[in-house]
Amino acid sequence: MGGFPILSVMLAVPLLAAIACLFLSAPQARMTALVATLVNLALGVVLWANYDIGGAQWQFVERADLFAGFSYALGIDGIALLLIVLSVFLMPICILASWEAIDKRVGEYMAAFLLMETLMIGVFSAQDLFLFYIMFEAGLIPMYLIIGIWGGADRIYASYKFFLYTLLGSVLMLVAMLWMANGAGTTDIPTLMQYDFDPHVQTWLWLAFFASFAVKMPMWPVHTWLPDAHVQAPTAGSVILAGVLLKMGGYGFLRFSLPMFPEASAQFAWLVFWLSMVAVVVTSLIALVQSDMKKLIAYSSVAHMAIVTVGLFAFNVQGIEGAMMVMLGHGLVSGALFLCVGVIYDRLHTREIDRYGGLSINMPRYATFFLLFTMASIGLPGTSNFVGEFLALAGIYQVSTWVTLVCTTGIILGAGYMLYLYWRVAFGVQKNEDAAAMPDLNVREWAMLAPIAAAVLWMGVYPESFLAPMRKDVAALEARIARAMPEGDAKLKDGEPKAAAANAVAPLPHDKGSEGGH
Amino acid sequence: MDTATSFALIAPELLLAVSSLLLVLAAAWGGDKAARPVTILAVSALFGAGLLLWPVLHLGKVGPETWAFGDLLRADAFAGFAKALIYLAAIGCLVVTPSWFDRMKAMKPEYPVLVLLATLGMSLMVSASDLLTLYLGLELNSLAAYVLAAYLRNDSKSAEAGLKYFVLGALASGILLYGMSLLYGFTGTTSFAGIREALSGEMSNGMLFGVIFVLAGLAFKIAAVPFHMWTPDVYEGAPTPVTTFFATAPKVAAVALTARVALDAFGGQVDAWRQVVIFAALASIVVGALGAIGQNNLKRLLAYSSINNVGFILIGLAAASVAGASAMFVYLAIYVAMSLGSFVALMMLHDEDGRALETFDDIAGLSTKRPALAWCLLALMFSLAGIPPLLGFWGKFVVFQAAVEANLVALAAIGIAASVIGAFYYIKFIKVMFFDAASPATVADSTRAHWAVLGITTLIVSPLGYFLTRSFGDLGDKAASALFLLP
Repeated sequence: MGGFPILSVMLAVPLLAAIACLFLSAPQARMTALVATLVNLALGVVLWANYDIGGAQWQFVERADLFAGFSYALGIDGIALLLIVLSVFLMPICILASWEAIDKRVGEYMAAFLLMETLMIGVFSAQDLFLFYIMFEAGLIPMYLIIGIWGGADRIYASYKFFLYTLLGSVLMLVAMLWMANGAGTTDIPTLMQYDFDPHVQTWLWLAFFASFAVKMPMWPVHTWLPDAHVQAPTAGSVILAGVLLKMGGYGFLRFSLPMFPEASAQFAWLVFWLSMVAVVVTSLIALVQSDMKKLIAYSSVAHMAIVTVGLFAFNVQGIEGAMMVMLGHGLVSGALFLCVGVIYDRLHTREIDRYGGLSINMPRYATFFLLFTMASIGLPGTSNFVGEFLALAGIYQVSTWVTLVCTTGIILGAGYMLYLYWRVAFGVQKNEDAAAMPDLNVREWAMLAPIAAAVLWMGVYPESFLAPMRKDVAALEARIARAMPEGDAKLKDGEPKAAAANAVAPLPHDKGSEGGH
Repeated sequence: MDTATSFALIAPELLLAVSSLLLVLAAAWGGDKAARPVTILAVSALFGAGLLLWPVLHLGKVGPETWAFGDLLRADAFAGFAKALIYLAAIGCLVVTPSWFDRMKAMKPEYPVLVLLATLGMSLMVSASDLLTLYLGLELNSLAAYVLAAYLRNDSKSAEAGLKYFVLGALASGILLYGMSLLYGFTGTTSFAGIREALSGEMSNGMLFGVIFVLAGLAFKIAAVPFHMWTPDVYEGAPTPVTTFFATAPKVAAVALTARVALDAFGGQVDAWRQVVIFAALASIVVGALGAIGQNNLKRLLAYSSINNVGFILIGLAAASVAGASAMFVYLAIYVAMSLGSFVALMMLHDEDGRALETFDDIAGLSTKRPALAWCLLALMFSLAGIPPLLGFWGKFVVFQAAVEANLVALAAIGIAASVIGAFYYIKFIKVMFFDAASPATVADSTRAHWAVLGITTLIVSPLGYFLTRSFGDLGDKAASALFLLP
């Protein structure tokens, strides 16, 4: 890419568009926002295309000494690349989802979303500890406004809860960051990822970071802000919240907790496992009894994120790669599910499951999409979530068979609540006349759902495209944390490794293709 | 050091003294018609005095070459930075005052003169390196301030504010004087350098009491808990331009004075006062935050906010290091911009009849009526709450960084966690303006002077302000180094 500062441009485009939107009329603001997010999507594709798989760990590095105390340092590895691509992919869809649903204060709304995009890209590309913190924390402002101004009836409570919960979580992280910068004498994230902190200190630092990421993730029992925020936020707000903001927690674990505090991570792995096990079972059961569609999907998000956390703390390649795949897959699928809810909410203005029924009769296209995403959320093979959940659970199996057992029930329960939801909404008789009269998807809604559907299938059928960029980074992370790896109870024995990669075309038609226990 | 050099060192104070005396005469002969010209002249005098600070600030002068009149006053980089802030704040306050008082036909030429005299007092305060010059500056400032608080003499609230301020201020002065007398008795000197020398080694009870009483008196002036009770009442009762002034310039002066006394005069006995400062800091943060939650009056709310902010500044003092003192200055500079901006925004909130809109109910739905004003207030409130990417975060950042570097991790953790309580009422401000349905009250147009000050302060607290962090940091470091001449 030569010297083209692509990351800075990706930060600047939505920022400038956000400022412009504040001064524009509603139709102009919509168009500006759409164009800006599409430009960023194009830049994201360029970024991916130019990312040198197997090249330097940190690419597209930019550095400028602009401020006292921290530097403007950007750069991405494969993990950050994929999350940035996810963000820029979802943004134009969010703008489309708000095209008609938002009719008051459109300019300000679009400005908040575009600002959000800048901050998300900033979080994933920051290479300076405090730049990361600023971007991470600043996201509260636009999200607070999005929930508070354009949210549902109980929006004020939800916005307060969202703001204060996440703020309290992250301020402790700031103290830990200050301590690290003071102790290590640098704020450079790549350097800190190689810096060995005293294991006793690691404990405290890990806990401080955990306070922030666990709330953001969110992990049981600090997840309660999420259902409120989701239910009250406008559709696009829910999409971005579930699709990208939750991933900041997982990204934080990957970028900070694991590589910077390996010993403490091993020390607290049991805590993460327990919280995740409880989350998988409890939130899945809660999801079963929801009568509000958005709430149901919100609780399912908590359960899916618990699979992410166990995968991350499996301390092996499968677990971490699986966690990343779940994050990406869940970003797409939960985003899509919220869009599906939004589509029918725009028509009937209720999220009560009981008010719908038999939609597959009058909205067959909608029902098809909804079915695909429902299946993907359950983790049907061939969809994105299957790959991630399988890898994550395979990874955790090496550490603890019990955790695997409990977390796998989440898949079954997930099938339970999602199929139950789909049955009540799309199948059965058309018991409500107004719901039966709803028209099928229009072109705009097609344009929102089709790209996500394609991506979900792509990830499910050929996950290599997504695994390849992060393979080297995950391996480096695994090598970094290997020294602290807890002993597993599965005691697997490594078999003979296969000569070719799993996706290589077999040379002989009658090849046995044994899995070769890993 | 000869007298001429000494006079050269206090050139800004001389300029202020002479111009305030001349302007008193102009006010006496000119009558009410002279109000505007006198204000303009006062602003120019402050501006001129500010220009005279340039060499000190630019070169970062510290040490004996800056000591005037046998070390009664020090015109060093520390004093220079504080004075620059004070003059800027005073200019900002004077610029926005006339149009506010014009609404009730109360603008008189005495007002700018009183502000000039108060500023002169503050100049002496931050330069003082002797208990007597300290007291002289403090009282000059306070006496002018008492009159300013009661400036609207027909308004019972304003008169009440002036009286309360006077009684409690006099009490504070008494406590301070008592502490000074103890210090003088036990150390035999009133100069900071002498006190520092006498305090090195074992401290007697008398000295300790002296130190504590002096700090208590100063805590009154900076409105730190537990000596904060006067603040909400005075801030609410005083006319808004006066409140703006109180919240900015005298705060800078009192904090700078406290820093100099604590780090210079008492600098050898940090352990003797550190726990007092830590208590005051945490108590101010918590009380400032909790007290504000129940408030419906915006001026009272901002008064609690200023108490809250003082707590954060004191954390920098508790660090008792160059980084800590520098962080205090950076915080002060940002704080002045934030409070000036938010009080000016309050001044702009009035209906067509000139009635001030001072409660939450009045500003409900402001964002639909006056979007520009509401967005500026949003930036200022998030900044006060310390949410990045606004500059208020940077102030808290440097203060906590200094605390962590000084091994006060627990203090930093508690302080920062308590800042979340404060965030609650700042975001309530935003909730009322942006989320709530619009109130029936109309908001009249504002004058250009108000917009200018609000615009500048909002720009400073916006993310663009981060480009200032380097200059702030450099100036702060230079200023702080003046307090740590001795090991």
